[in-house]
Amino acid sequence: MIDLCGVSKNYGMHVALHPMNLTVKKGETTVLIGPSGCGKSTLLRIMIGLVRPTTGEVWYGNALLDADTVRSIRLRTGYVIQKGGLFPHMTARDNVTLMARHLNWDRQNIQERLNELAELVRLTSPTMQRYPSELSGGESQRISIMRALFLDPDVLLMDEPLGALDPMIRFGLQQDLRSIFERLKKTVVIVTHDMAEAAYLGNSIVLIRAGQVIQHGTMQEILNEPKTQFAREFVRAQRGLHAWA
Amino acid sequence: MGLKMRYVPGPLLIICIIGLAAPQTCTAQTVQVASKRFTGSIILGEVATHWLRQADIEVEHQAQLGDTRFLWEALLAGEIDLYPDYTGTILRETLASHNLDPADLDSALASVGIKSSRPLGVNDTYVLGMKTEKAAELGIRTISDLNRYPDLRFGFSAPFMDRWDGWPTLRVNYDMPHTAVRGMDHDLSYVGIQSGTIDVMDMYATDAEIEIHDLTPLEDDLGHFPEYQAVYLYRADLAERAKSAPDLLDSLGGRISTEVMRVLNMRVVSDGESETRVAADFLSKSFDLAAPPDVNEVTTWMQLWVYTREHVTLVAVSLLAAILISIPLGIMAAKFASLGAVILGVVGVIYTIPSLALLVFMIPLLGVGGPPAVVALFLYSLLPIVRNTHAGLTNIPSSLREAAVAIGLERNARLWRVELPLAMPSIMAGVQTSAVINIGTATLGALIGAGGYGQPILTGIRLSDTGLILLGAVPAALMALAAQGLFSLIERRLYSPDRPLHLTG
Repeated sequence: MIDLCGVSKNYGMHVALHPMNLTVKKGETTVLIGPSGCGKSTLLRIMIGLVRPTTGEVWYGNALLDADTVRSIRLRTGYVIQKGGLFPHMTARDNVTLMARHLNWDRQNIQERLNELAELVRLTSPTMQRYPSELSGGESQRISIMRALFLDPDVLLMDEPLGALDPMIRFGLQQDLRSIFERLKKTVVIVTHDMAEAAYLGNSIVLIRAGQVIQHGTMQEILNEPKTQFAREFVRAQRGLHAWA
Repeated sequence: MGLKMRYVPGPLLIICIIGLAAPQTCTAQTVQVASKRFTGSIILGEVATHWLRQADIEVEHQAQLGDTRFLWEALLAGEIDLYPDYTGTILRETLASHNLDPADLDSALASVGIKSSRPLGVNDTYVLGMKTEKAAELGIRTISDLNRYPDLRFGFSAPFMDRWDGWPTLRVNYDMPHTAVRGMDHDLSYVGIQSGTIDVMDMYATDAEIEIHDLTPLEDDLGHFPEYQAVYLYRADLAERAKSAPDLLDSLGGRISTEVMRVLNMRVVSDGESETRVAADFLSKSFDLAAPPDVNEVTTWMQLWVYTREHVTLVAVSLLAAILISIPLGIMAAKFASLGAVILGVVGVIYTIPSLALLVFMIPLLGVGGPPAVVALFLYSLLPIVRNTHAGLTNIPSSLREAAVAIGLERNARLWRVELPLAMPSIMAGVQTSAVINIGTATLGALIGAGGYGQPILTGIRLSDTGLILLGAVPAALMALAAQGLFSLIERRLYSPDRPLHLTG
């Protein structure tokens, strides 16, 4: 579904991403994981065209991501960031329906789609009338997910969508996300630094360190056959933490 | 209007306000009389106005329109038809560079299309004056005597400070050693000499204040000052619009003596009568008129309404134009960083020009009255709105800006749907600041004949009438408060009242 060919990113002298190839398979949930500053968010932002790669190309199926195609690709791609990125001057409902209204969908279609998604993320209609400043962290993320899904995109890109939530709410949303992914069968790329979350949500795990892909495979493969010392340490550190918890 | 305002939709209201700005009674046939910014000149302006009206000529008098240079230019440009001036001023100031002999004055004036009436009789010469008490104490009787006291403090009117017949040559002719010399408003000089902050000032021989404040005119023992015979200067083409006007003006020749003029000044400054009433009384007595001239004295409330209308017009037109131009400029500044530096730099520099200077710069381009004042106020209102629009847009958190890009909004849609609404509180704050500054600065418009609340303030300063100053200052302050309230209200309308606005996303 998404193919990155020789993609790299430099900021001046600083190398954020070394040249890499990566394939995101259709209908799978791919998790980009690694320590803070490893370049996993940059990689996601390259996929949605917010960051232009220094070298290499991004392909969506047969379409090369460039200035001409970027908008149509964005319309078929949902994007969720850490604190929701909801527009504070619009109600939750207006945030969710913004693009549909902008694209002149008719009223009834919008209402139907809104009801469908509210049910999917388990929000009630009074919540939809509120402004972002009046929403809890969990509600904001659910609204943000609704907004990303509204145009029924093929791809869903999520940048630490649960990173700012406290553990209880986070757990509830992890469960909901998994069932949403299973129901919708979208191609999902999700960035996290939490191994347990990666294991819970992802089919395919991409372990990144200092701008390089260290290992790409299922969680089972990474746990059983860590390819490098770093992979071993990362797995052990994450396990240790969860053993404590 | 105040009560009904709320039922009028905003755009309609704005159109109404612009309607008020349309030129009022300025038909081609109306003779435009103007006067300088002191009582004697205004009385002479009123005398001419009444006198021409007696002959059924339509006349409009723009009282206290400006100083000599200003009126001279307006006369040459045809914006006014006539104004009272003084031969000494014309020879030594207006046409000083020609170095004219008094006998050649008429031909020199004719060469620029101007004529002079017969002298009215007043010799309104410059004199230097001191408090009588102080002069007696120091034994000062003549200007030469001043040289014995080099520490005396002089306060001269701004024109006198740099006129060819004023301080620059006076100092040389009398070889004066004094260094404590400062320029100040003529009317404020009287306040200064009264309170003892200055010792010597320039006065007109007919100023009523000489008597009121118990001042002594010093003898011009070296004969520095020439004759200042009062005359009306008028355009040579005046007869085309009002055939009998030149003869009528000439018929006033020799009828107003220096003593009469001083009495007329006295009635205005000391007894609080209006210039128009004093001028009408003078005419009906000296010419034994069967029907005295109509004195159209307006009530304070009517006058206040006129000032209010003029002030609102100045502010509304200039502010509306500033909003329409500044917001796009602010957007461009925010979108293109290098262009932004230029835009913010230019509007910033405009803002640093002192408002008075900016008003005066406009005169050669746009003449006198409302238009130059509106343009100056417009230029002055740009910076707060441009800067706040720029700040509002550039302060939007990058996460929100990126979210707008990532969900697929195009450049224009991002601006309209996300960026401008988020910047709106900042933009409205800028408009509010501009409005308040604009309303205050508009009071200076009266200096170039634009009217408004500055008019009673200027007149109040001239007549030392605190009540009149407050009549301009208080409504101007109230209008600023009202504007502040209005824009707060608009801002709350744009954002529903129960919604806290946080930009943290």
